[in-house]
Amino acid sequence: MIPVLFNLTFTIGWCIASIFEFALVLPGGATDDDVLPRSLQQDQAKRVKVIQSASDCTVCVFGPNASGGGSGVLISSDGLTISNYHVVDSGGPFFKCGLNDGRLYDAVIVGVDPVGDVALIRLLGRNDFPYAEFADSDLVRPGDTCFAIGNPFLLATDFQPSVSMGIVSGTHRYQYPSGTLLEYTDCIQTDAAINPGNSGGPLFNIHGKLIGINGRGSFEKRGRVNVGVGYSISSNQVVNFLDYLKSGRIVDHATLGATVSTNDLGEVRVSNILERSEAFRKGLNYGDEIVELGGREIQTVNQFKNILGIYPKGWKIPLVFRRNGRTQQITVQLSGVHGERELIELVKPVKTTGPQPKSSIHRKNDFPKSFQHLYRPKRGFANYYFNLENRKRIWHANQRNGNFGRQDYTWRIYARDNKQRDTIVVLGNQKSGIQIDGRSFVLDWKPTDVEAVINTDEERTILALHLWRQLLVNGPEKFGDISYLGSTPSHSGSGKNEILVGTQGFTETMFEFDSESGVLETIKLVVDLDSYPVELEFKNYRQDGDLKVPSQIVYRSGSGAAVILEIEKIEFLESSQ
Amino acid sequence: MNPRIQLIQKRAAVVCTRNSNCHFYYFKACVLIFPWILISTWFLMPDDAIAQDPIGNLHSIVAPKVVKIVGTGGFRGLEAYQTGIFISDQGHVLTSWSYVLDRDPVKVQTDQGRQLAGKLMGYDPKFEIAILQTNADVSTFFELNDTATAVTGQTIFALSNLFGIATGNESVSIQKGVVSTRTQLNAKRGVFRNQYRGMAYFLDAITSNPGANGGAVVNRNGQLVGIIGKELQDNNSGTWINFAIPIEDLKESIQKILEGQIRVQMASGKPRPSEPITTRLLGILMVPDIVARTPPFIDGIVKGSAAAKAGLKPDDLILEVNGILTPGLSELNETLKSIDRDEKIRLTIQRGSQFQSILIGMYQ
Repeated sequence: MIPVLFNLTFTIGWCIASIFEFALVLPGGATDDDVLPRSLQQDQAKRVKVIQSASDCTVCVFGPNASGGGSGVLISSDGLTISNYHVVDSGGPFFKCGLNDGRLYDAVIVGVDPVGDVALIRLLGRNDFPYAEFADSDLVRPGDTCFAIGNPFLLATDFQPSVSMGIVSGTHRYQYPSGTLLEYTDCIQTDAAINPGNSGGPLFNIHGKLIGINGRGSFEKRGRVNVGVGYSISSNQVVNFLDYLKSGRIVDHATLGATVSTNDLGEVRVSNILERSEAFRKGLNYGDEIVELGGREIQTVNQFKNILGIYPKGWKIPLVFRRNGRTQQITVQLSGVHGERELIELVKPVKTTGPQPKSSIHRKNDFPKSFQHLYRPKRGFANYYFNLENRKRIWHANQRNGNFGRQDYTWRIYARDNKQRDTIVVLGNQKSGIQIDGRSFVLDWKPTDVEAVINTDEERTILALHLWRQLLVNGPEKFGDISYLGSTPSHSGSGKNEILVGTQGFTETMFEFDSESGVLETIKLVVDLDSYPVELEFKNYRQDGDLKVPSQIVYRSGSGAAVILEIEKIEFLESSQ
Repeated sequence: MNPRIQLIQKRAAVVCTRNSNCHFYYFKACVLIFPWILISTWFLMPDDAIAQDPIGNLHSIVAPKVVKIVGTGGFRGLEAYQTGIFISDQGHVLTSWSYVLDRDPVKVQTDQGRQLAGKLMGYDPKFEIAILQTNADVSTFFELNDTATAVTGQTIFALSNLFGIATGNESVSIQKGVVSTRTQLNAKRGVFRNQYRGMAYFLDAITSNPGANGGAVVNRNGQLVGIIGKELQDNNSGTWINFAIPIEDLKESIQKILEGQIRVQMASGKPRPSEPITTRLLGILMVPDIVARTPPFIDGIVKGSAAAKAGLKPDDLILEVNGILTPGLSELNETLKSIDRDEKIRLTIQRGSQFQSILIGMYQ
């Protein structure tokens, strides 16, 4: 039906256009513009306008020694720019980037995602950069018109990017990684020309909204030029990773801790599962059929890989599986594909054996002194500076709910749990304890004591509460090793939670803050890989003097049911007891 | 009609008005379409025809008619996949005749992820097309009664599984382009190594890619225009040529295959001679039979034999014996078993990119 209508539209358009043409041709000659039907002229004018503003936020990235480079796209007015990891990995922490205003800007690395081939850099010197808006890439369909803007063959020596137009050829495509890096999952395939140098540049929809980041193509025996098949990292994947990239990290991708394969009936079943994976602890087992992951139906192994590939380590997604005809749903927090050390080793720049040119434009000193402080090296990070900035921002937001710094004496919490048992929690600087119905558990915690034994669920729960008080009283500076991780969708569904991850001794704790109110929402404590993590939820915050305190704490440890503590009173004592 | 074609034709007309006196024809044309304008003013033009973007709808209508085919290959430089299209409600799949079909049956996969076994029904070496029988009930397919031709400048869409990108239940890729020209493919004989010599659409969509052969070229209405040809490269310049074979030119051949006129194997029931002919008796040494369907290439010719006298040479490929297709060595031997050694036989062979018909007999 629709193609027929469309044809009719054109027929009509042609007829209308013919009137204009009649008038124009008779006086003796016409320009190309005059011959175009009015609708096409309008479309073209609209397209030119969209492409103009899309070009404004396209970045030409230049590598060291003018030896390489690529493209990028601005996504915020303060200069945050998305590019490919394989575009920025050869340079140092600082870059030179051109915009189509004809100016060359300094830029600094922020974070990298080597597995997903995404990098975040920040252009410097302005707070009013033009920027592109993200579109929902799940709404992109094959056949949609799209255009790529960028710096193919590094042609943009005057910083005016090139535009190529095409259609979306396929969606949700999977392209195999090289080793464990540069894996393209759930990506968009286009016939818009993508050539070397387009890497990192934007793919826009017809409205000029960002649907993807161009990164690679199928070339095989054709040599490295466009053969009508380019791949774009979906904008939704980039959005999922954005806060992780802002954390200045070398970001890792996620795994379920299980592999799947298709059987003869076309069912996708678990073919291998790690016993220490969260999925296993929550009930997934060998041979179970995967029905849905992340809210999307699973019919092939590619789909399974596609969905996992768009989430960072630490993300929580729903998983539906079937065993003996019974369907079960669980929520799994995904773990990392690589060990921390493993990933750092993989992304270490390969030392070239040839002579190094001395006049690299990437020498740190070539960059203005006023920007030098924007880079801080640290193991595991692309740029630790941005992690510190974000940590400060989250702590600052949290402090709006009251400063616990003065309550540095023992806290006493009187509560009643969901089994109507009286519970008293006592939290101190070193010793903490819990008393349930007269039975007491006491923890004597020294972070430096690596031999400390934390065996029982009660001990783990007290430790999590102990660390909660420590963070609130001492702040992140004195807590120990603590850094910003990124964000994850909040439990309530709307908004997001920002995550700080801290280590004390052999423990790792994730503190999740509500991004709007800034209050601490959950704590997840991992004591060791073989035991269940402890999860605390702080709910229904109420005003207590100049402090906001939770009126409910829910804790889960082990495989047992959640315990809900209704807090009656919190006492902040005057001296240590 | 697409306005782009109109434009191209009109531009020619504009040039015409500048150079000579074509005003009269133009005037006449406008008088002819005047009633149309009256009718068409009843309708309103949408402001943004492009923004409405109906290609997505086109893809969802056409893609289910295109299938992924997986067969033999997978060696260095030889992809084990190509594309095909449904041409009947009984699951007949039109595809290109290539080494991918050397195994029988091949795997045919729909965009729903449904896997079918495709058995070779017949093929036509001249057009390099083959038809597979899947015996599946198919609800959506290309009606061969409702195809179209395309003219130079017309927008077309190419749907194929190029590079084997689509797997499982993923639908094939769609590319957009225009018909650059429609002409004979043998324009540069010797430069391009290919067998097909007939009419072809040359496209600016990059369809000359691994696995694209057998895919569909459709117009804006989703009507089938042509079948994507095999990868083709200019030996001198290295340029790749994107072409499609017009469906109109294939219809007769398709019909013949469907009706069993171009058949792979002999109709059974015919009495077999007690002393049939063999390749060895003719002085032909065939290549060793190594795969399921080894192409019947001649490995050597015995000096002074009937084959030598008839002019057969090593590396000739035997396509037909008395008009019966011989896709593999076993089919060739099976066909020869029905011919008495006293009879003369007509072989159709391929030498390089040339076809030849050769009459040969043991006692000639």
